[in-house]
Amino acid sequence: MSAPNKSFDPKQVSALNADSVDKMVADALAAFNHATDLDSLKAARLEHFGDRSPISLANREIGALPPAAKAEVGKRIGEAKTRIKEVLETREIELTQIRDNEVLLGEKVDVSVPVDRVKRGARHPLTTLMERLCDVFIAMGYEIAEGPELELEWANFDALNFPKDHPARLMQDTFFVESPDSGVVLRTHTSPIQVRAMLERALPIYVVAPGRVFRTDELDATHTPVFHQIEGLAVDKGLTMADLRGTLNHLAQVMFGPEIDIRWRPSFFPFTEPSAEVDLKCFVCLGDPDSTGCRACGGEGWIEWGGCGMVNPKVLRAVGIDPDVYSGFAFGMGIERTLMFRSGVSDMRDMVEGDIRFTAAFGLEA
Amino acid sequence: MKLPVSWIKEFAPVQANAREIAAALINAGLEVEGIETVGAGVSGTLVIGRVVEIEELAEFKKPIRWCQVDIGTQIRGIVCGATNFAVGDHVVVAEPGVTLPGDFTITSRETYGHVSDGMICSEREIGLGQDHAGILVLDGVKPGQDANDLLGIGEEVLDIAVTPDRGYALSVRGVAREVATAFGVEFRDPALNWEPDLGAPESGLEPRDCIIEDFSACELLTLRTVLGFNPDAPTPRYMVARLQACGIRSISLAVDVTNYVMLELGQPTHAFDLEKIRGPVRVRRANVGESLETLDHVVRNLSPLDSIIADSSGPIGLAGTMGGLTTEIDATTTSIALEAAFFPASTVAGNSRRHKISSEASRRFERGIDRELAPIASARACALLIAHGGGSYAGMCAVESPMSDSIIEFDLDLPTRTAGMVIDHQTVIEKLDAIGATYVRTSPDICIVNPPSWRPDLTQPADLVEEVVRLVGYEKLPSTLPSAPAGRGLTHEQRLRRRIGNLLAGRGMHEIRAYPFIGVSDFDAMRFPENDLRRETPTLVNPLSDLAPQMRSTLLPGMLSIAARNVGRGENDLALFEIGSVFLGGVVKGGLDPGVDSRPSESVWEQMQVVLPAQPEHLGVVITGAIESVGVWGNPRAATWRDSIDAVLVVADELGVDLEVHTGNDPSFHPGRCAEIVLKGTSEVVGSAGELHPAVIEHWNLPRRSCAAEVDLSVLLASAVNSSIAPAFSNSPVAKEDLAFVVTRDRPVAEVEACIRAAGGELLESIRLFDVYEGDQIPESHKSLAFALRFRGEGQTLAPQELQDLRNQIITAVSERVGGTLR
Repeated sequence: MSAPNKSFDPKQVSALNADSVDKMVADALAAFNHATDLDSLKAARLEHFGDRSPISLANREIGALPPAAKAEVGKRIGEAKTRIKEVLETREIELTQIRDNEVLLGEKVDVSVPVDRVKRGARHPLTTLMERLCDVFIAMGYEIAEGPELELEWANFDALNFPKDHPARLMQDTFFVESPDSGVVLRTHTSPIQVRAMLERALPIYVVAPGRVFRTDELDATHTPVFHQIEGLAVDKGLTMADLRGTLNHLAQVMFGPEIDIRWRPSFFPFTEPSAEVDLKCFVCLGDPDSTGCRACGGEGWIEWGGCGMVNPKVLRAVGIDPDVYSGFAFGMGIERTLMFRSGVSDMRDMVEGDIRFTAAFGLEA
Repeated sequence: MKLPVSWIKEFAPVQANAREIAAALINAGLEVEGIETVGAGVSGTLVIGRVVEIEELAEFKKPIRWCQVDIGTQIRGIVCGATNFAVGDHVVVAEPGVTLPGDFTITSRETYGHVSDGMICSEREIGLGQDHAGILVLDGVKPGQDANDLLGIGEEVLDIAVTPDRGYALSVRGVAREVATAFGVEFRDPALNWEPDLGAPESGLEPRDCIIEDFSACELLTLRTVLGFNPDAPTPRYMVARLQACGIRSISLAVDVTNYVMLELGQPTHAFDLEKIRGPVRVRRANVGESLETLDHVVRNLSPLDSIIADSSGPIGLAGTMGGLTTEIDATTTSIALEAAFFPASTVAGNSRRHKISSEASRRFERGIDRELAPIASARACALLIAHGGGSYAGMCAVESPMSDSIIEFDLDLPTRTAGMVIDHQTVIEKLDAIGATYVRTSPDICIVNPPSWRPDLTQPADLVEEVVRLVGYEKLPSTLPSAPAGRGLTHEQRLRRRIGNLLAGRGMHEIRAYPFIGVSDFDAMRFPENDLRRETPTLVNPLSDLAPQMRSTLLPGMLSIAARNVGRGENDLALFEIGSVFLGGVVKGGLDPGVDSRPSESVWEQMQVVLPAQPEHLGVVITGAIESVGVWGNPRAATWRDSIDAVLVVADELGVDLEVHTGNDPSFHPGRCAEIVLKGTSEVVGSAGELHPAVIEHWNLPRRSCAAEVDLSVLLASAVNSSIAPAFSNSPVAKEDLAFVVTRDRPVAEVEACIRAAGGELLESIRLFDVYEGDQIPESHKSLAFALRFRGEGQTLAPQELQDLRNQIITAVSERVGGTLR
């Protein structure tokens, strides 16, 4: 580039004469118009309008001109650049349109062809249903307690006020381990986790305990010897049956809908007193007495769901909690049963067999 | 237990129908499982007929009778194929027009050469029972009588499931009391009335003596004696009908009476043939070596723990459980010793469990019966025996231990505090009355309550609270929510388990939950050597299947069975995972029993748990067939050993746990394609992964080259990173370098990679193997490993010389440490 011409030296810069500039413009326009796609247009732009293009180089020479000449030449170059830019932009729009309309359309594919190279997996609905139930309680401030499947007979029975030889104990269809008096059983319910929670946690206690349990039933459409329960336990000052009822109502409504009610029937569990069976208003017929043909509830209007009650003072004493100061409530329900009527599973064996067509229907949440 | 509604109404005179009574009982805590009707399906009236003439028709293949039957208004000619009746017998006749169960309407029709004008019925044909042995023959009835009435047809029967605490409800008396309370009608207690009916013993007759040797085995023993009883006397029809409605077969008058009284009052009694008893009747514990043949013809070797009834010759009954055969009532019995006793629940429960007998009697004793009832029930039974079988009452011998009154100090505000709603003192007192409790009010708020003798389950204030609240009605309870303290949410491990599940499912795997039972054949199929510790697992006493009596020590057999099931159902391309407990080692003997009266100390609690075997959580993976299916993109991609190792590594990566993959030798896996998974920087093996051994694959009938992995998830979870630290990373440009080394074929890639990593130091950002080559270009028994390396400077661009130095360092290190040469 020439140095700035401060001394007003007349100087001939050939590149700046009108003919040269016209040619530059003509060359640029020709090149742009010859470009057939955006890539060749980009090449033409770099050649005729880039930093090293004749017009740009010419532009830099303006500084070398005497001041009197600058204005005229500057105007000429400016008009030329404007002209080149206009044509470039027009051509760019034209070629973009061509690309969009012709080239990309030519690359069209059938997006409906299968894309599932790897099939989707799923978690077991019993697992995810337990998680879902747990989450309802997590939201209420509960924590999740756990315990071993092979359990101390003391925790599974004695501490829960099942006296030895009592019919309630015999009714549990227990799997004994090693020998009937080894003191170890496959837990028959999740309730021993209550015992563990009360021995190992500080008061007040609000926990739920999901888990696998075992009874010597034969596998059929409505029974399985290995099944799952979720147990809840709260021990605090001043807890009442009304609190228990409210808690179960809340659970029922979160899981089955706001119009769902629960019903209690007096019952017996050694570890609660008073005790009740919990029925769920049939979520299909909503307890309408006229729907005698309801398949979900058999026309009863109610579905047996689980058991509950106030923790028996004998149980509290066995774990060193003063029943005159603290009271507690406990409840439990079968996960299989809950899944059966929540998701319309008609045969419990489907939950046991591991057929992936069953799990696939549930995906990552039951 | 089944009870006819009419029997209940005898003591609880309510107008309600069976459905209403059932609903009231359910609210009171007695689970009514169903309402049945006796002779359901019979429509029209059955009549009694007297057989006046029988002509045997001999010309047919089976015996056929042409009978003339007097039904009071006329004689009907009826063809009958049964032969268990004679001229003069009274039978049940279904006249033309009557419909029998199965929608079978009787018509006059010609058969075997005669017009049969009706039907002579068996029990089963009219829906009374399963007895089809012959025609129902009745005594003490007249031709033309309404047989529906006599047989109780149309009677509604409640089927009630009684919980173990409510022994009293195993009787009409107990159920009627609940019905009377529920409907607010008078309860006519059948236990209050019978003794006067029996009257005083006849003078000159002596009852047989009885003795209790051990009051822990029996608190009250009564023995009433009846002489001159007619063994041929029939059981009255109403009694047969009621027993039948309750599901009990009629046997003989003496036996039927004991059953009838047991159903009515809840007190089991036992009738002995007095002439077969030597000396006084006593209750004692059995002696070592004694045995007893019970009524079910089983000879039982007795334990010194058993409570028995004995005479001077030895055991004659298993207390409260089942009588003995030698003293059984038979068709010639004329002298009856009627035993009625109070055996403590634990005594009978022990007898019942040791001898595996569950009888109507033992079910009642185990649940607790009324301590005061024995003499009353026995009076009722004797009165019935004499009324229907004749004979003379010879008196009663009885012994008992002093009764210990159960006393409960009851705070009348406790029901309110427990229920969470106001139950005023007046209501509480009313409900105590309703259950038959007596009480003394010692202050405005306190009652000393004496529960009724038939409610041994009521021992503490909470028990009374249940009675009060259930009678007030559970449906009246309000609904409130307690405010739990602020919780901490899921634990780290709980969150991790969910993440692992979602992660694996997101990679196309399906979670399964197999039964955790296993057996020797599984261990053999898994090729475990004889001394493999995984064979030592807890064994069940009463397994579901003798083939799988042990608790699993490995998830894989259960998973492989489920994989095989899926394959069998046409799903060859499978990726399964399971998270579950395994059980290692056996149960340790000699656990502590701290009792239940107080909290076990921390050290006792710890010691108690020593008996439990280790129960770590494992993660198992099984992959068969194609992991990527066939499609427009091309061929399927078969699952290989790589995929099973990857499943483990991806979980470890999610947990932030570093694992090393070493060459493994698990016998269940292909010997050349098995990885041993090791916790990085330790020698702790956490599992195996790779291709399954062909023999394992064949055993389970799985596709060739099926793969699996199993790791101890408990260890991984314990090592997991709980919170990640944000990294500091450089924005300097990356420098890429590809290096290929020739090493011997058996040199694991992991070692070469570790060597490069160490030599490259912090400036080596990443390393990735992109090619393995074996062939002509390189020496035999060697392979070429090509790695793509990325270097990046800390805050500045790496100078060419720096890169050159790094490269040389790596080449030197590979050469020196793993004998590799740059290719």
